[in-house]
Amino acid sequence: MIHRFLPLLVTSAVLVVGFLLCAAQFPAFASLRVVGNLLTDNAFLGITAVGMTFVILSGGIDLSVGAVIGFTTVLLAVLIEQGGWHPVSAFAVALAVAGGFGAAMGAVIHVFQMPPFIVTLAGMFVARGLGFVLSTDSIPINHPLYAELGDLALRFDGGGKLTLPALLMLGVVAAAVVCAHWTRFGANLYALGGNRQSAELMGVPVGRTTVAVYALSGLLAGLAGIVFSLYTGAGYSLAATGVELDTITAVVIGGTQLTGGYGYVIGTFIGVLIQGLIQTYITFDGSLSSWWTKIAIGVLLFVFILLQKGLLAVWTGRGGAPAEA
Amino acid sequence: MTRPAPGPSRNLPQYGALAAVLLANWLLFPDFFSIRLQDGRLFGSLIDVLNRGAPVALLAIGMTMVIATRGVDLSVGAVMAISGAVAATLTQAGWGLAPVLAASLGAGLLCGLWNGLLVAVLRIQPIIATLILMVAGRGIAQLVTEGQIVTFTSPGLAFIGSGSFLTVPMPVVITAVLLGVTALLVRMTALGLMIEAVGVNQLSSAGAGVNTPVVLVAVYVWCGLCAAVAGLVVAADIRGADANNAGLWLELDAILAVVVGGTSLLGGRFGLLRSVVGALILQAMNTGILLSGFKPEFNLIVKAGVLMVVLLLQSPTLTLFLPRPASPRPIRPPAKPESPSPSAGA
Repeated sequence: MIHRFLPLLVTSAVLVVGFLLCAAQFPAFASLRVVGNLLTDNAFLGITAVGMTFVILSGGIDLSVGAVIGFTTVLLAVLIEQGGWHPVSAFAVALAVAGGFGAAMGAVIHVFQMPPFIVTLAGMFVARGLGFVLSTDSIPINHPLYAELGDLALRFDGGGKLTLPALLMLGVVAAAVVCAHWTRFGANLYALGGNRQSAELMGVPVGRTTVAVYALSGLLAGLAGIVFSLYTGAGYSLAATGVELDTITAVVIGGTQLTGGYGYVIGTFIGVLIQGLIQTYITFDGSLSSWWTKIAIGVLLFVFILLQKGLLAVWTGRGGAPAEA
Repeated sequence: MTRPAPGPSRNLPQYGALAAVLLANWLLFPDFFSIRLQDGRLFGSLIDVLNRGAPVALLAIGMTMVIATRGVDLSVGAVMAISGAVAATLTQAGWGLAPVLAASLGAGLLCGLWNGLLVAVLRIQPIIATLILMVAGRGIAQLVTEGQIVTFTSPGLAFIGSGSFLTVPMPVVITAVLLGVTALLVRMTALGLMIEAVGVNQLSSAGAGVNTPVVLVAVYVWCGLCAAVAGLVVAADIRGADANNAGLWLELDAILAVVVGGTSLLGGRFGLLRSVVGALILQAMNTGILLSGFKPEFNLIVKAGVLMVVLLLQSPTLTLFLPRPASPRPIRPPAKPESPSPSAGA
């Protein structure tokens, strides 16, 4: 039982040890304010990464999430600022569009049996392109509700606070844990990622699950887009470029197997926090250049993949699975 | 299922598509095919398509073989940034042209070797193995340039990007030479057959005596080299290296070019020339959109549309309803390596 959770334990240990090291070097690090900011700054990444975890658990991948975030922010800005919509109805439309977009990609992947990698790549082009068509400029959002939502936070002593984005992320993570482990959908997901043919023979509705998981990923990317627009107060079609890779990295660091069928949502959450921790450390240090973030995350990615490979080899009693696309 | 006849006829869809795009450009812009000689170099929209399409075409040459082994290399954009950064930094430091080229191409080879070892020896999925270098590589390139945009004035290095050989721009010449060398390597030896065998079924080909790790490493190393050449061309063209933006998202364009060229992402039979034609189709569309006065914003959507059409034509579900397979080979192949066709696309 213990080694089932080993990747998760190692990931958690890296986060705790990393945080303690940071706190030892900078005493101000160990404050509620820093932790609160860590959660707020990475809220959109965390929400997206939850969707990505589901997609990867089902044996797929979704490269379109960053573009969907960018498109959502532009759509919100255009609807609110140029269309005069109320933000709440704009949010509803944005979520519906993003979810529908994901569902359409899932349907194409299932019906035409195409590789998810290339279908979602096309989806990425479409979403970025639609964003460009709506507007190539960054549009500020000045609706009073945005200011109110920006101030909304659970405040603690010592300047620490949990902002709305952070609360949303924690809520999404909690709901996702329940969904993955205590619902039929979650069980279907693990079955589908573990072995598609077996899952089909066992009566898992493969088509419905595939469409649902990409719809969920799109929906969460849309929610992340809303959070991102709250966070930046603007809509920009180039927003969140490369987020798809950050989220995949977080999923891998979190211990989820990229072949599908094994992994935990909470691991992804910790993976997001580790990436945020590295960035915060580099900000605190001040003398380190920003590119060390990329190199450090690359090294972490490598170490965690090696760890997974090693564990897999120990579990199955032979070398890792053959390399596949 | 019948297999389409080998030879030029299999390349017809790609050539047809390229011709259609060029024709559309000509209808929009009657001067499209006019080429003039000026200062010993050819100029014209058609030359422009070739010249601007060169970096993606270079990447597509390496990417084709990686995809033929059922892999993918996401790091080529980052490798371009690294090779450009190395070339610009060393040139600025006063190195001669030959050592600069050697160091820059060597960096690309090392990157390819790293990817190849991860895929072949550690057996990491290609998408993830190359993701590591895609994330870290851009950081390494920034480390080399120390975050600056390094510019240089060396005429020797700049010649690679903006010079011309026998009136043809250098990037086009370099692409043609690399395409020729690669085609010779894989088609005049058994290497091409081995690459296709590994892509169709790795276990069977290993059982049949193919040294799969060596084939895989060789393919990724060659892809790294192609990316380094592309990085050199881009850096030489702008006479500087921008570690942040050089080759950004070009890995996706290269994959797109290979897919448009008709090489299946599921591995197996590949066509080098068709991938280069795929890159040119993309560039010709891009040029056409600019010439026609459409906003460049539509470019991505058009690209996505083309990609979806090509994918639909390859889709196993749709193939069932067509009288003959539209894909270069059946997607659900029999579990035996395919025989090579002597003139398969290159």
